[in-house]
Amino acid sequence: MSPKFSIRLEKRDQLSSFFSIVSPFIALLMTVALGAVLFAFLGKNPAEALYVYFIEPLTETWSLHELAIKAAPLILIAVGLSLCFRSGNWNIGAEGQFVMGGVAGSMLPIVFPTFDSFLVLPLMLICGIVGGMAWASIPAILKNRFGANEILTSLMLVYVAELFLDWIVRGPWRNPQGFNFPESRGFTEWQILPEMLASGRMHYGALIAVLVVLAAWVMLSKTLKGFEISVVGQAPRAGRFAGFDPKKTTLFVFLVSGGLAGLAGIAEVSGAIQQLRPSISPGYGFTAIIVAFLGRLNPLGIFAAAIILALSYLGGEAAQVSLNVSDKVTSVFQGMLLFFVLAADTLIHHRIKFSRPVMKTVMGA
Amino acid sequence: MGFIEAVLLTIVTAATPLLIAALGELVTERSGVLNLGVEGMMIMGAIAGFAFALMSGNPYVGVIAGVGFGALFSLLFAFLTVTLVTNQVATGLALTILGLGISGLWGEAFVGVPGVKLLPIEIPLLSEIPLIGKLLFAQDIIFYCSIVLLFGVSCFLFKSRMGLTLRAVGDNHTSAHALGISVSRVRYLAVMFGGACSGLAGAYMSLVYTTQWIENMTAGRGWIALALVVFASWRPNRVLIGAYLFGAVGIAQLHIQALGFKIPSQFLSALPYLATIIVLVIISRNRRLTIINTPASLGKGFVPDR
Repeated sequence: MSPKFSIRLEKRDQLSSFFSIVSPFIALLMTVALGAVLFAFLGKNPAEALYVYFIEPLTETWSLHELAIKAAPLILIAVGLSLCFRSGNWNIGAEGQFVMGGVAGSMLPIVFPTFDSFLVLPLMLICGIVGGMAWASIPAILKNRFGANEILTSLMLVYVAELFLDWIVRGPWRNPQGFNFPESRGFTEWQILPEMLASGRMHYGALIAVLVVLAAWVMLSKTLKGFEISVVGQAPRAGRFAGFDPKKTTLFVFLVSGGLAGLAGIAEVSGAIQQLRPSISPGYGFTAIIVAFLGRLNPLGIFAAAIILALSYLGGEAAQVSLNVSDKVTSVFQGMLLFFVLAADTLIHHRIKFSRPVMKTVMGA
Repeated sequence: MGFIEAVLLTIVTAATPLLIAALGELVTERSGVLNLGVEGMMIMGAIAGFAFALMSGNPYVGVIAGVGFGALFSLLFAFLTVTLVTNQVATGLALTILGLGISGLWGEAFVGVPGVKLLPIEIPLLSEIPLIGKLLFAQDIIFYCSIVLLFGVSCFLFKSRMGLTLRAVGDNHTSAHALGISVSRVRYLAVMFGGACSGLAGAYMSLVYTTQWIENMTAGRGWIALALVVFASWRPNRVLIGAYLFGAVGIAQLHIQALGFKIPSQFLSALPYLATIIVLVIISRNRRLTIINTPASLGKGFVPDR
């Protein structure tokens, strides 16, 4: 009894350079196609819905600013994660590192509200970076010292960080003049990451993100450290012969990605929210995982991917307002996208052969 | 009902979903597939169970729907990781993200709607035994399932030929393939068994644990179940110990507050997550033990050479 229809893979001798460029686009197309089906299923006109979702946010100045505000943290986090994933370290706790960066960076303006000089902002950013690094160092150290699985420890720390933020905002850091609302005092003057242009809310976090993309690109393509990260991930044995210490690499990539997530966290708090709240992220830390894969772990790819995922957030908000569709559609889209990205990546390593027994018998005869 | 009995009962309630989800994942991992999508499959089981129980008015329909949707959802993971040989870690994450998204969208209509409760079935005579009677023999069907699953999985893995086949695939897929075993079929079935168990655990959350729909109501239990499998070093009996230990930690927060200790609730809520980290560290310290017990092909995709 032969199978009626089967899919089998054949390893390519060389990675397909064609598909490594095309596969993210295939994934996007598939997501949009399935998205249209989803909208039809929800009783909306798919064409109109897709327009509202993916095109309309790009047509107005203010929403382009919002796009940059949402893309910046995704870029910062995803660039860090790409280093982790390249080196085979599964840091999936960026959401927690983002939160702890936001908390640590807010320490100065909340505990010393009167300290309002030009020094405050740089110090806040540094505190944010250190906070994210400290949080990310925990899974790295536990992995290096005890062999504890970093996937699970880094994820558990997300919940701990979120609860810590919730406690500190409702408890010690609550605004005494805030009518019992669970939020910190609002930041003022020098404590706010300023806007870049007069036309909208986009703040300097966007510029920082662009600089980080360039720095990461240079590091990965031109420096030994970048080479080391890829070798340790792809060929750990070869890496050891080359004298690269995988433990040092683990600590390094976790610190960098935690620092970047922390920086994203304080930039979001200081630039976009301008105070601390019980929740400061719509899941940037997890969405950035999708960004990293859609961008094929390449800084320039990540830049483009972050804009697409940021668009999905904006589109979700727009669809909620004008089509009365739940903004939960966004996370469905994001999940589908990651699935398609991973599936399409198979084409880079393998040829897919569909076999039909009818064909076989004809050819065999 | 005495205080101790009440405490023990809450521990059972907290431990049951962990036990079921971890047993399912254990079978999946024994076949060499690491499915990090437990959280996503669980939440799908929770929403499907809730929705179908509400629509039909019958909680048992909900239980079946939970199992069915869990298994169906895991099929997506199996197709990607087994047929298309994608990265298992990333695909598992995708499953979790998608599951949380779909359940949130689906469940939006159910927020604040009272659900249907799965009622306990008292076993005559046995439930009269003091202390443990009510605890073990006046429970709902899913609890009984968890105990049957525990023995079933143990027997299947270590006493049956099929279990031996499954472990062979998990320990060395190349040799298993050379022996004529269909690696992909074994793995598909193992992944779907894990999905069905996660779905059942999710249904327990929305039909027994709390009979209402709350977004993200699994709150990381799927991830804790994953940690339990490591804790148990891939042995079903140790999963039982781990699940009840974690159930106890999760419940401790309620009782610590009831006893009047002035600790912020957030710190107590963080206990299960911190306990997971500590336990992982303690277990992983003994590297030799971990290496011996881990299925050797765990997390590695298989493309047959021909």
